[in-house]
Amino acid sequence: MAVLTEEQTMLRDMAREWADNESPVTAFRKLRDAAPAEGYDAAAWGEIGQMGWGGIVIPEGQGGSALGYLSLGMVVEQLGRNLAASPLASTGPAASAIALGEDDAAKAEWLGRIAAGEVVATLAIDEGPVHGAAIATRVEGGRLTGTKLFVTEGDSAAVFVVAAEDGLYLVAGTDGVTRSPRRMADARSHAEVRFAAAPATRLGGVDLTAKVVDYAAALAAAEMLGLAEQAFATTNDYLKTRVQFGQALSTFQALQHRMAKMLTELELMRSVVEGALEAIDAGRSDLDQAVSLAKSVAGDTARLVTREMIQLHGGIGMTDEHDAGFYMKRAAVLEAMWGNAAFHRERFARLNGY
Amino acid sequence: MASAAESDPLAAFREDVRNWLAAHFPKSLAYKDVGLSALEGPQDPSADEAAWTRAMGEKGWGVPTWPSAYGGGGLSRAEARVLQDEMARIGASNPIGGMGVMMFGPTLLEYGTEEQKQEHIPRIARNEVRWCQGYSEPGAGSDLAALQMFAEDKGDHYLVNGQKTWTSGGQWADKCFALVRTDKTKKHEGISFLLIDMDSPGVEVKPIRLISGSSPFCETFFTDVKVPKGNLVGREGEGWTIGKRLLQHERSSLSGGGGSAGRLLAGKPLSQVAKDYRGTDADGRLSDADLRMRLVRHEMDTRAFMLTLRRAALEAKSNQGPSAATSIMKNVGARITQDRAELGIEIMGMNGLGWEGEGFTDAELAQTRTWLWGKAVSIYGGSSEIQNNIVAKRILGMLDHQ
Repeated sequence: MAVLTEEQTMLRDMAREWADNESPVTAFRKLRDAAPAEGYDAAAWGEIGQMGWGGIVIPEGQGGSALGYLSLGMVVEQLGRNLAASPLASTGPAASAIALGEDDAAKAEWLGRIAAGEVVATLAIDEGPVHGAAIATRVEGGRLTGTKLFVTEGDSAAVFVVAAEDGLYLVAGTDGVTRSPRRMADARSHAEVRFAAAPATRLGGVDLTAKVVDYAAALAAAEMLGLAEQAFATTNDYLKTRVQFGQALSTFQALQHRMAKMLTELELMRSVVEGALEAIDAGRSDLDQAVSLAKSVAGDTARLVTREMIQLHGGIGMTDEHDAGFYMKRAAVLEAMWGNAAFHRERFARLNGY
Repeated sequence: MASAAESDPLAAFREDVRNWLAAHFPKSLAYKDVGLSALEGPQDPSADEAAWTRAMGEKGWGVPTWPSAYGGGGLSRAEARVLQDEMARIGASNPIGGMGVMMFGPTLLEYGTEEQKQEHIPRIARNEVRWCQGYSEPGAGSDLAALQMFAEDKGDHYLVNGQKTWTSGGQWADKCFALVRTDKTKKHEGISFLLIDMDSPGVEVKPIRLISGSSPFCETFFTDVKVPKGNLVGREGEGWTIGKRLLQHERSSLSGGGGSAGRLLAGKPLSQVAKDYRGTDADGRLSDADLRMRLVRHEMDTRAFMLTLRRAALEAKSNQGPSAATSIMKNVGARITQDRAELGIEIMGMNGLGWEGEGFTDAELAQTRTWLWGKAVSIYGGSSEIQNNIVAKRILGMLDHQ
């Protein structure tokens, strides 16, 4: 755990308590079974808004608390532990795009409402199944046209921050916007969003696009950290109770060493994820390297831990009744989101002249 | 300058350090490693090296945070960091080192009697005595508590019989801190911590030649060796507790390995060495795509480790208690050191496997030996498997087989 201020420690403890009491994995299971159109629990999102978490990365003058990305990452991590289906991780980078953007009217109109949890905002970037391909979306005469695949919270978002060829635009409202849900393994909201001459406001150039995508990737890594640590803790508890050959599984050295190896990787994962979040807050120029390091290590480690969670639980881990499958499915989606481990290793290689 | 001094509460101390170093550090030694590691064997120090060692020894700055009452520097941690910074700035390395500094000194300061501290600590601080570690035995490596070397109570002295092995630098050591059995009926509680003069009659040392061609380790035989009772540290039977404490010092000094192993190979970044040996494609990338990605993984692993070292240090400083991160350090450090050496010989091809003689550069020959010697780092100081046992049992609360 990074060295935290008193304020950050309180925020983290509060987020953990809320997630454990109000948003345990059973809540996610209920939501998965009920499958509401918006893909999240509206009541829980309302509580998150009241607690002010929607405004953690929004400037104080715009209705937020400006606590920064390490703080938001810690909250996202706590929610990730319990697989809370919340639009929080999507609204943060979208809000940053507006706050860093060049349109003052957009700031005045949206940031306060996002901070209060009244609206969901999200990034709409990728146009293919894999992050990083060329972007064909164009803006002519203030109207944006293009199709974005797999937009998180795309079922419910009122505000889209959209990547076009020449930079980043804001599209709000329904004029020229068509959504089609894409049901995925993690049972969260993903939608194809088609923009046909939708009225758009310019926020900034491709530099801004790259920056907020890095913010989103760092938050995905923070969610993966919480998810992986909880998957690991659940597995460790299980090994202490499950008896085979007259012994608790946790007494077998072969399993002990696999767990020790995973703990080792988790400690490294925590360091790189916190490192990326701190790099955002410090405005560091090597943010891209820090994010590629974090997302790549997070992808490998979350994969390792969630696959081992299934294997070490044996048959019960394969059942829908057990939570293990939820962890593996969400980890796989987060790994693919904003560039998988291989994508970020390649980017890291280029940035370092390999 | 005035404002800089105001913002740095240690400015006056920094000034003193600079002046002292200017007066005492011989410029001829800049950027030379003059540390007399216990692994390197006796050296014939130049006049400058001897003078530098003497100066640092008298000042106590070789062991800057040890109490000045026993010849240490008596500095605070913050002051010690200033000293380290200032030495690094001019390329000065610490000439005082070895196992006495890394492991035995801190342990004796905690458990020794006043008399023992007065006798041993100042001599370690002045680099006047070489210590070696008498822990492992042929039948007691990872299972250290199975050790058999026996110290029989003869009234005013112990009579010691048995064998130790993997005694680092035993052939050059003056003294040995050893774990010996004083009670054969108990396992852990039958062990005591004893200091033995290596020139005592009955001590015999045989160097062990390693796969790297060097002999940093020895087998050490003890036959009817008389050791005065005053050389017992702590109480009889308390040796396991004291010995384990010493191992913590050892582990923390070893875990720096991966980081301080340096990012350079043959004086260059690893990626550059790879391009020099293997060439680049039309886009300027390393032409071997598989090697390129493995080098990136290694670089990422190294950075993750450095960030973890930094995080653990910050957490320790902020009094959050010892970080769980420290328990994984030795294994990650070992893995990085070994991966780096494996990548190094792979990059160099046949030139990375030269043993001696013509046709190889010095850097290539060094790489061969570094690779071979590096295989020890996951074995000594508690093997990686033992570290994993510690993590599983102490951190994760996993259980012993019933």
